[in-house]
Amino acid sequence: MSTNTTSRTRVDLAAIRQQLASVQGKQYWRSLEEVANTEAFQELLQQEFPRHASVWSDSLDRRSFLQLMGASLALAGLNGCMSPPHEKIVPYVRAPEELIPGKPLFFATATVRAGRATGILAESHMGRPTKIEGNPQHPASLGATDTFAQAEILTLYDPDRAQVVSHAGRISTWETFLTDVRAQLGIHKANQGTGLRILTETVISPTLARQLQTMLNDFPQAQWHQYEPAGRHHTRSGAQLAFGEAVETHYHLDQADVIVSLDADFLGTFSDSVRTTRDFSARRRVDDPQANMNRLYVLESTPSLTGAIADHHLPLRPREIEQFARILAQQLGVSGIVESSASLPEEAQQWISPLLHDLKQHQGTSVVIVGEGQPPLLHALAHVLNHTLGNIGTTVSYTDSAEAQPTDHVDSLRALVRDMQAGQVETLLILGGNPVYTAPADLDFGTHLAQVKVRIHLGVYEDETTALCQWHIPEAHPLETWSDARAGDGTATILQPLIAPLYDGKSAHELLAALFDQSGRSGHDIVQDYWRNDWTRQHHASDQASDFNTFWQTALHDGIVVGSAFPTKSITPRTDLADWTERSNTGESRDAAHQTFDLIFQPDPTIWDGRFANNGWLQELPKPLTKLTWDNAALISPHMAEQLGVTNEEVVELRFDGRSVEAPVWITPGHVDKAVSIHLGYGRTRAGRVGTGAGFNAYALRTTQALWSASGLEIGKTGKTHALACTQDHSSMEGRPLIRTGTLTEYQQHPHFAHEMSHDPPPDLSMHPPYSYDGYAWGMTIDLNSCIGCNACTLACQAENNIPVVGKEQVAAGREMHWIRIDRYYSGDLDNPDTDHQPIPCMQCENAPCEVVCPVGATAHSDEGLNDMVYNRCVGTRYCSNNCPYKVRRFNFFQYADYDTPSLKLLNNPDVTVRTRGVMEKCTYCVQRINTVRIDAKKEDRAIRDGEIVPACAQVCPAQAITFGDINDGQSRVSQRRAEPRQYGLLTELNTRPRTTYLAKLRNPNPELAPQHQGGRHDKPHHT
Amino acid sequence: MPQIFHPSTNTLSKLSIFGAVFFLLALGWIVSALMRSSYFTGVSVAREQPVPFSHKHHVTGLDIDCRYCHTAVEDAAFAGIPATHTCMTCHSQVWSDSDMLAPVRESYKSGQSLEWTRVHALADFVYFNHSIHVKKGIGCVSCHGQVDQMPLMWKENTLYMEWCLDCHRQPENHVRPQHEVFNMHWQAPGDQLTLGKALVAAYDIESLTSCSVCHR
Repeated sequence: MSTNTTSRTRVDLAAIRQQLASVQGKQYWRSLEEVANTEAFQELLQQEFPRHASVWSDSLDRRSFLQLMGASLALAGLNGCMSPPHEKIVPYVRAPEELIPGKPLFFATATVRAGRATGILAESHMGRPTKIEGNPQHPASLGATDTFAQAEILTLYDPDRAQVVSHAGRISTWETFLTDVRAQLGIHKANQGTGLRILTETVISPTLARQLQTMLNDFPQAQWHQYEPAGRHHTRSGAQLAFGEAVETHYHLDQADVIVSLDADFLGTFSDSVRTTRDFSARRRVDDPQANMNRLYVLESTPSLTGAIADHHLPLRPREIEQFARILAQQLGVSGIVESSASLPEEAQQWISPLLHDLKQHQGTSVVIVGEGQPPLLHALAHVLNHTLGNIGTTVSYTDSAEAQPTDHVDSLRALVRDMQAGQVETLLILGGNPVYTAPADLDFGTHLAQVKVRIHLGVYEDETTALCQWHIPEAHPLETWSDARAGDGTATILQPLIAPLYDGKSAHELLAALFDQSGRSGHDIVQDYWRNDWTRQHHASDQASDFNTFWQTALHDGIVVGSAFPTKSITPRTDLADWTERSNTGESRDAAHQTFDLIFQPDPTIWDGRFANNGWLQELPKPLTKLTWDNAALISPHMAEQLGVTNEEVVELRFDGRSVEAPVWITPGHVDKAVSIHLGYGRTRAGRVGTGAGFNAYALRTTQALWSASGLEIGKTGKTHALACTQDHSSMEGRPLIRTGTLTEYQQHPHFAHEMSHDPPPDLSMHPPYSYDGYAWGMTIDLNSCIGCNACTLACQAENNIPVVGKEQVAAGREMHWIRIDRYYSGDLDNPDTDHQPIPCMQCENAPCEVVCPVGATAHSDEGLNDMVYNRCVGTRYCSNNCPYKVRRFNFFQYADYDTPSLKLLNNPDVTVRTRGVMEKCTYCVQRINTVRIDAKKEDRAIRDGEIVPACAQVCPAQAITFGDINDGQSRVSQRRAEPRQYGLLTELNTRPRTTYLAKLRNPNPELAPQHQGGRHDKPHHT
Repeated sequence: MPQIFHPSTNTLSKLSIFGAVFFLLALGWIVSALMRSSYFTGVSVAREQPVPFSHKHHVTGLDIDCRYCHTAVEDAAFAGIPATHTCMTCHSQVWSDSDMLAPVRESYKSGQSLEWTRVHALADFVYFNHSIHVKKGIGCVSCHGQVDQMPLMWKENTLYMEWCLDCHRQPENHVRPQHEVFNMHWQAPGDQLTLGKALVAAYDIESLTSCSVCHR
């Protein structure tokens, strides 16, 4: 971990608290420095354009500067004396069918993460995948994706991927590997597979499951282990407890009026968050004041996306959440539970009766959801609560698990390590995953791995596990391989390759077939054989005309196997669990635990369990709540920071269970007191050039007993600091109402409350003659009530528009390049603030301040109202950005775009210019998509249909918060949304007349619990 | 102290100040002329190709339609360069022993593409779309010249932005009926301007000159 000496100015948290308490009405703030108004923050503001300030290097004196300048001018002149280079055109030898050069094709396939498939449509430009969209027909996608699916495309082209078969670190060949390992397997054939083990992550591929099963039949003594570092361990065990089988729980949030989340981040880290978000946001649409809206209560330890959008949120320690749930259960009449609320914080006690009341009023339309971090018992209890409330069958349903073998992963891994330790494992085949890095620290997986004689690792990267294995086989990326995978509800998707493996990688199917099948069948044949068998089994009775080929083609085309979803199970949970009473007797030990700090582990919101550590897009994506990039941190509450006497970026030592790590502190408003949250996935030692060395390794503290949280953490100061790159304190709001929120009641009483917060100047107030828009006039609305702040738009935009990654130092200098950023605002109490998110793309102003100051006409107004950015004209004066009140313009201070790495050239969208150094860029409303659709429409002699043009951000949005269209067409969806009373523009008082407008955010608080919300109305309108 | 400069140098200095203006103007003119010269623009310069393909022979001599080879011209941005397979549809039978066509046969046999030298190259920040121009009645000849008369391919126009804008601002000067787009010999019956204006209205041609129409 690098350290620096310039510590951040210490902010006086007590003063901030006082300052916030004295505020009348609602004050929004983005960072602690802003509220404290520290000298450093004032200084930052005084630098008029901190983001675009030049960094002057003193290493050059004036004379040599002028010399260099003269020389470069002369050389630049010479450059103009050459005629452009002659390009080559390389046509096909035999043109493939259906492929028209310059027109993309889309193929339905899926991405897989944490035991879940998300259906995608991958865009292919002449054989190279460039962009991933959601598959509208897939139940887990419905056309949207999360950030991870978007970023898969970068992983595909990652130059750090494993490229060769290697043996003990030396380059080898696939044939040598087969010869060598088949000999070893010959021994196992004789001993029935004794000592042969396979370790996989969660298997949701029916084909792989059958291959494994066949292998186990052939080698009866062999064993298959599973371990998923950020899997659904407690969720699975909880279902096992309640139902006696590991069923899958499905929440139908579109049916739910009242949602209680017990530490469940169902909009963020939840397995089916894309679908859950769609269903949830369907009930946050308030097109008119009479529309009803759901109500969300969140009790959580670590601030999450779900907590941010909640109507009521309460920070509680993990054990207190459990206690709270038990009280709810007791009050709802679940037998056998005795729990006292005495030790709960006062605010939590006040919650109980209003919450109960609300739940009882909404029997059958409420839902209680428990997060993975809570113990299995609480998961079981939630099933009982949902049963008691009559929610099963309406808002909750159950099916079989999508996992091929839903076993307890921790037990499975523990058994493997025990056998490795005992020398009983002869051959270990690790199919994907990085267990040396991710296994719980107390298992000491890496050490015991050395006792295995033959160690084989199949992985996309040569990582920490590769370092301890003899053989490494490069794994084919999901976009390079045939496979299949199930969504949460069982719907199967057949994964098809879009490109031949770049580095001759093998899929798990091919590796298993090569080793155990001897036939060496191709991935295609293996997967097709499985489905042919499956199809034959289902069709042998009915003699239908349809043939397998039609089935196969349809399944590939649609991206789903129709009818493969599991039927709903009608089951009821056991209500007589003996453990429930047991827990209430441990009051004393609970008190003891109360005195120490809690340690909470979370999968990272951007790089998950570490598998995306080498993905620059995800590393640079600001984490939704903290807005940190390139690092993880020890998140603590402001109160705890005061008590410990630590401040942001100060490195502390976290000691837990005899192990310790050093981590920089990040003060997180809304975090529960007396607890530290750390994110998994960082501190990689062999991730690649992007991920190695970023952050600290949280797995070093994670044990089988403390998988998600535990008490007994000790914290020590180290006196060191570690600079963190945060994107959210580069600007001040100056008291202007940028984000506008209200409550549902307020909205019903004053529908136009948001609009009235500012006074717009008359429309004709401009020196310049008005533009006339005779044809289309593009506009966008962003519904803040739907937006959950998940970042999917930012990443989709990055993928669509060839936006470069700049690195941690550049982000720290405020030079991140994202065309659409998500601003995060806090308001209210420092310890439990309301959190709001606001996506900011270019506003495409009708009176655009950027246009009038460009000396070279590089930003100009289009006939359809876009602020066009003409890269080839731009000379980099940066006047436009300085004059932009929204600060949405991005400048290429250096050659950020990678022109050199061959594999990354394949990544670029050919319809968008790759920008060079010295050029300004910004959101274009995806003008390449507008042009494509405009041309298509003209070729068909028709007008562009409403909804035909979908910018990348709108397409990916799981919440459908972004609407784009023609505002000249009064019937278009965007016009209708702009006509809604909640609509407002950002800084319209500056007479910019933005085309991008917002719909104010609402909360729907329970009147019995209302004091948390003082309402969003400012006391008086602000003028600037 | 004697004068350093002789009085006649006054004239010289005046002349050089006066002359500097002309010098700069001349320099500007030279640069501008150079930029428009075929050395820079490549206009009328036939490019060397792996196979000396003659459009004149194939179009005028054999009467092959443009779209036989440039298949995507009505569908996509890129008109399309024929696959080797397209050449071999005829040349497996006709001139099948010709030395000139050896690279074509070699490509077909080996699966290695032919590498043609691009004649009409636009800068990477320009996005031109063939299909919409064809749809709106811009003939091949309007941009590519009398390709049917070119034994080897050369560029007829500069493809500079000013040249694009000439037509984007006044499309009526160049528009022809849609069914005449691929006709190499079409002449406006009567006045082009009258016909052009009628066609601009009939085809709903917008004079698109916003930057983002071509640059993005």
